[in-house]
Amino acid sequence: MNTPILEMKNITKEFPGVKALDNVSFQVKQGEIHCLVGENGAGKSTLMKVLSGVYPYGSFSGEIFFEGELKKFYGPLSSEQAGIAIIYQELALVPEMTVFENIFLGNEIKSGLVINWNETIQQAADVLKKVGLSVNPSTKVKELGVGKQQLVEIAKALSRNVKLLILDEPTSALNEGDSENLLNLLLGLKHQGVTCILISHKLKEVIKIADTVTVLRDGKTICTLDATNGEVKENLLIKYMVGREINNIYPQRDRKISDEVIMEVKNWSAYNPLVGRDILKDINFKIKKGEIVGFAGLMGSGRTELAKSIYGNPDGFNTKGEIFIKGKKVHFKHTSEALKHGVAYVTEDRKRDGLILIQDVKSNITLTNLKEISKRGIVNVIDEIHVATEYKESLNIKTPSIEQKVMNLSGGNQQKVSVAKNLFIHPDVLILDEPTRGIDVGAKFEIYTIMNALVAKGMSIIMISSELPEVLGMSDRVYVVSSGRITGELSITEATQEKIMELATD
Amino acid sequence: MSFAKDLQKVLRANIREYGMYIALFVIMAIFTITTEGVFMSSRNIVNLLNQTGYIAVLAVGMTLVIIIRHIDLSVGFLAGFLGACAAIMLAFWHWPVYIVLPATLVLGIFAGLLTGTLVAKLGIPSFVASLGGWLIYRGAILLVTMGTGTIIIPDAVFNAIGNGFIPDIPGMEAFLPGIHKFTLLIGLLTIILFVLNTIRNRKKQESYRFEVLPMNMFIMQLVFISVVIGYITWVLAGYRGISWTLVVVLVVVLVYDFIASKTVLGRHIYAVGGNPEAAELSGISVNKIVYVVFGSMGMLSALSGILFASRLQSATTTAGSLFELDAIAAAYVGGVSAAGGVGKVVGSLIGALVMMSLSSGMNLMSIDISLQYIVRGAVLAAAVIFDVATRKQRK
Repeated sequence: MNTPILEMKNITKEFPGVKALDNVSFQVKQGEIHCLVGENGAGKSTLMKVLSGVYPYGSFSGEIFFEGELKKFYGPLSSEQAGIAIIYQELALVPEMTVFENIFLGNEIKSGLVINWNETIQQAADVLKKVGLSVNPSTKVKELGVGKQQLVEIAKALSRNVKLLILDEPTSALNEGDSENLLNLLLGLKHQGVTCILISHKLKEVIKIADTVTVLRDGKTICTLDATNGEVKENLLIKYMVGREINNIYPQRDRKISDEVIMEVKNWSAYNPLVGRDILKDINFKIKKGEIVGFAGLMGSGRTELAKSIYGNPDGFNTKGEIFIKGKKVHFKHTSEALKHGVAYVTEDRKRDGLILIQDVKSNITLTNLKEISKRGIVNVIDEIHVATEYKESLNIKTPSIEQKVMNLSGGNQQKVSVAKNLFIHPDVLILDEPTRGIDVGAKFEIYTIMNALVAKGMSIIMISSELPEVLGMSDRVYVVSSGRITGELSITEATQEKIMELATD
Repeated sequence: MSFAKDLQKVLRANIREYGMYIALFVIMAIFTITTEGVFMSSRNIVNLLNQTGYIAVLAVGMTLVIIIRHIDLSVGFLAGFLGACAAIMLAFWHWPVYIVLPATLVLGIFAGLLTGTLVAKLGIPSFVASLGGWLIYRGAILLVTMGTGTIIIPDAVFNAIGNGFIPDIPGMEAFLPGIHKFTLLIGLLTIILFVLNTIRNRKKQESYRFEVLPMNMFIMQLVFISVVIGYITWVLAGYRGISWTLVVVLVVVLVYDFIASKTVLGRHIYAVGGNPEAAELSGISVNKIVYVVFGSMGMLSALSGILFASRLQSATTTAGSLFELDAIAAAYVGGVSAAGGVGKVVGSLIGALVMMSLSSGMNLMSIDISLQYIVRGAVLAAAVIFDVATRKQRK
């Protein structure tokens, strides 16, 4: 039990401008369940990608010893051959294939050149028994629920004689029953000698299941705790996870919020027909004129779904509930109607669904509101240039010209274009989803300054953020979202990182 | 010396845009040499333009379809079928031509909207939805011509669309005999308007301190394009002048180019093509754009059918075969990107001219049809390779 199966020594991994991992050392003992916890962006996933070879040997510094041997993994395949299997949050199964095909995908049992299906099905049944999943191996994966799919993934790993099983947030998409099953299965596998690394945000389950807990923060190992003697408590972990000083990177602002409620959402629920479950339940909140309201929570807690379901529901959820704008009940059938009523949404992933990268800065900025600069359907190019130049100057978008293609701009400047196009419809409520994701500190400061200037002019901002310091630094009020529900509302004076974390892991 | 350098610089910077013009020029030059001038003869050029007509209007519509990341395979037989419908209305029902034309166009719009509904509302991939249309319209042509076979169209006005020419100025027969004076006049006016407009645009751009072409390049561009327009006019005037088909094609290209480049609708189409998710979040209804673009494609299919039936003065059972592939090829040769969001209407017209010039020139050289297909295929591949290569270079 005491020999380490895995030792990662002095791992440092840098991305342009960011040190994602800074001299991290990490040790996992043979046959234990080792939990890895930390805030979003603390480096957990990066560390696991280094281990699995997604970031190949040579792209980071440091050494990996697996079963006492120095290993150089050049890709996921080589780590898999060594006996390391990772199960990601987004499952990597082929939905249209059967369970047994998925289990042996890439590891087919062959006699000569052809696949031996009989042997495959039999072995699949064996390994399914090991994970306690009683489905017909010939079922298509898409017909299974998420919980069962996860078990198929584990079965797939077991079929390859895995020695070290890594699970990245396995229970985030599961309901309580399924989570319970999964955790019990992990305990069972432990007794069969499988070592397991579990990344989780749900601290209760960490405490329940872990033998050892390692806390990462800002790309550094903070501590490794022995969890077998019951001394590890939730609040202790939270303290280690968030225990940093908030630097003064948030510009000062006079907070003068009127009592006028600009937007109110009542009893809002949403059902996602694609995954077949409620993703939002009984959400109620109010936004006042001139305030920044933070929506805190962990990734996957449902904040983006909440924002988009309100903003004209482009993903086609089945929604229930009421939205009031300035006291008037509204119903947005399309994003265009939300925009017309003064609700704008800046997406969390500007490259995926925020900007048209192949078009220039000015076309991107004016796209949301071409009506304003056109007459009888014909765009006035001169007006367009004026508008774009205005935003380029007021938001300090650094671009050689407004005719520059957006794909050639830096992340921070792209984000400013993304904000500009939503400002051009002159919204009353601006929803910013992860407004500073993937941009450097300087650009962050500029975005914060812009936000302050906007609320000073009477706009209201909903800021969805996974960065607690940002939530605390910018918000006037904080709602905490967890598993599709609002688990708490905190005024800025009572909000602390610990309190938010507690509500977010509820 | 600096002139050559400037020219090189301008060409290099705009190689993507000028590429197909240069290709067309080179192809025409080669055929002129190999056919000892027959290719550029007035008669051949007029024929070439009339043959290009029914493909060009399809290519214009297809440009928008490909820009929004879809495809429409049904347009060829739809054109053939609607041509047959027009023939039936004229020959059997004896409807007047001024009712037949709009009725056919409206039928086309409905057919296009039907494909659009399958794509937008039901989420069926456009390739499959329009392949279904391809089969259905093919069957439909056979069905409506079953009793009669080829339908001869008796209407002179209808037949003039594909065969007639604009009238000359009356009472000037003595002046420049054998030359179409009205065509010359139109050519001259076009050159004057073009020059004035270009100079005005340049002044406007300069007043906003935009980057403009260096003066010598600008003058060369003006002179070059004026000479090209002048030369084409002279060639056309030497036969029977501007054909009605050419008028139809030019109107379609001008209107569509205007819509694509100057209107809100055009911006929305390019936005949907560039990033449909972002467009939807920017308040644009992607479905609406799909309806509009497929509806317009259907209308242009009807127009193509009218042009073709009129040119043959009849509706045949095989009308429209492979039109869709010619139109798609023309659009790609004309610089439309399969990745969506990029492409110009005028480019597709040039693309159609390139493909038709290849056919026409090789016919004149009596090259076997087998080789013709191979050459056209190679040119299509080369155009797309060129497109991909120049795009990489930009990055």
